[in-house]
Amino acid sequence: MRGMEADRARWILIAVVVVAACALPFVVSSYRVFQFNLVLVYSIVLIGLNLLTGFNGQISLGHGAFYAIGAYVAAILMHHAGVPYWATVPAAGLTCFVAGCLFGLPALRLHGHYLALATFALGVAMPQILKYQGLEHWTGGVQGIVISKPKPPLGLPLTQDQWLYLFTLAIALLMFWIAWNLLRGRIGRAMVAIRDHPIAAEAMGINVAAVKTLTFGVSALYAGVGGALGAVVVQFVAPDSFVALLSISFLIGIVIGGLASISGAIYGALFIQFVPNIADQISRAAPWAVYGLFLLAFVFLMPTGVAGFLRLAWARLTARRAAAGGPIREPR
Amino acid sequence: MEAFLHQVLAGLANGAVYASLALALVMIYQSTHHINFAQGEMAMFSTYLAWAMINAGVPYWLAFVSTVLASFVIGVVIERAVIRRVANAPVLTVVVVFIALLVIFNSVAGWIFSYTIKVFPSPFPSQPLFGPYISTHEAGVVGISVLVLTLLYLFFRFTPLGLAMRATAENPVSARLAGIRVGWMLALGWGLAAAIGAVAGMMIASIVYLDPNMLSGVLLYAIAAALLGGIDNPFGAVVGGLAIGVLENLMGAYVVGTELKLTVALAVIIGVLIFRPTGLFGRAFVTRV
Repeated sequence: MRGMEADRARWILIAVVVVAACALPFVVSSYRVFQFNLVLVYSIVLIGLNLLTGFNGQISLGHGAFYAIGAYVAAILMHHAGVPYWATVPAAGLTCFVAGCLFGLPALRLHGHYLALATFALGVAMPQILKYQGLEHWTGGVQGIVISKPKPPLGLPLTQDQWLYLFTLAIALLMFWIAWNLLRGRIGRAMVAIRDHPIAAEAMGINVAAVKTLTFGVSALYAGVGGALGAVVVQFVAPDSFVALLSISFLIGIVIGGLASISGAIYGALFIQFVPNIADQISRAAPWAVYGLFLLAFVFLMPTGVAGFLRLAWARLTARRAAAGGPIREPR
Repeated sequence: MEAFLHQVLAGLANGAVYASLALALVMIYQSTHHINFAQGEMAMFSTYLAWAMINAGVPYWLAFVSTVLASFVIGVVIERAVIRRVANAPVLTVVVVFIALLVIFNSVAGWIFSYTIKVFPSPFPSQPLFGPYISTHEAGVVGISVLVLTLLYLFFRFTPLGLAMRATAENPVSARLAGIRVGWMLALGWGLAAAIGAVAGMMIASIVYLDPNMLSGVLLYAIAAALLGGIDNPFGAVVGGLAIGVLENLMGAYVVGTELKLTVALAVIIGVLIFRPTGLFGRAFVTRV
């Protein structure tokens, strides 16, 4: 009975959040729409990273590299081949899926800090590779590529920012739904089992190598989809937008949002989009010091991330109500 | 051949600095099993302290010693005030704490001392004493790194305190039962690491000039060096550091040019790690099922 009630409460909450997200671009300024659009983009990347790091236990400090590949695939397809923006998203996702699987194979041999180093190396190397002269014809070298913002279709009465926001929102919802479905099935259980005890998982008949490699691929796919959307939103790609700091921000995002939690991706994305701005407003002289203090405060106050904190708060609240004898019922 | 020799020796000098910082990383890893991402920025901050003292007219070696002592205290304070609180948290939470320390040190250094690059003096004479292939400062850097390594070895091998710290790293629970104050040993480890980092910072600052981002790149090499040598092995960290210094220089000079040398050096390291996943001198993982 309680379970069903909690389930219904959750669905109502999700519906409210989705409706609010749909209404958002019509009530805030166009610059805010742009910012929230990036929040959606980051949240897609963060679910992907959380699948890999939170649920499968493989640390990646290099997801900025897959984000960059996705962004460049989209920009190159639009600029050189004239592909429409919506078609670049699956293309970027597929490219990154292949890249992720290829990187996931050697990563099978590395654990913990060694994997962190290998992925971080990928993140550090990516801007240098994008600047490489042999690829300059395609990547535009240091200058990068400028792309144009898409217009709303069918003459809908929306601004470009609003349309793009709704487009991103639709894809983000799809990606959340896929992740949710993936995680509650057989593959999701296999992923978590590998994180918790790889040897026991193998003894249970799970093909550890295949699941780990595919998880890497799927995680990179999410980053690539995010990258393609990010490129369309920002209308510009250049090597220096994809420095190692971006990969670190993604990692911060999943830890602050909540490891191994789907909703955590949203909180994490809000954090990496808005907290640097807030820090900048608090102190112009040393904004990053303020940012660092914010990080410490979040980690100390919410050790399991925002999602974990909210879950705990909710549990406390309902437990108190249950202890008080629940809602008072009318006697029959 | 002469140019080649010069490249190798210059690589060794860079490598000695990577090795010192890698040594600091291994110090913390051995006692806590964390890689301190803020190590480079802590060392950078210490170097600024030394610069401020030298600028105020303090003689070089006095400033050197006071900086090492001050860094030791900063390291201990950070462990007691910040790191202890997340001692039982998941690894990634600790990583985020390290990143927070990194940006705080970087930003505060830029705020206090400004982002303009500064010249840091070298304690060694400028005329070459060791032949034409290596400057006296580079030779001095190698010498100091070897000295630090030797002192550390003697400390851990022959002093009761060193033994207590090794016991803490090996098995904290048993060490506590034997009457060792485990918490203080961890704090001491942080202090020592900060002090070693300060030495590395002061050595490299006279090569690359002093600015708040001076060690961000070096830290990556140091992490790579520590992992290449085997993260639980101080000797391996030094070998790894020297190997990476030479590898990077030779790659830059003969194979791919300076543009891609970092990428190629990292690719080589990862290549090595794939065949030896615990580093060149690391112990293999043993897992209880």
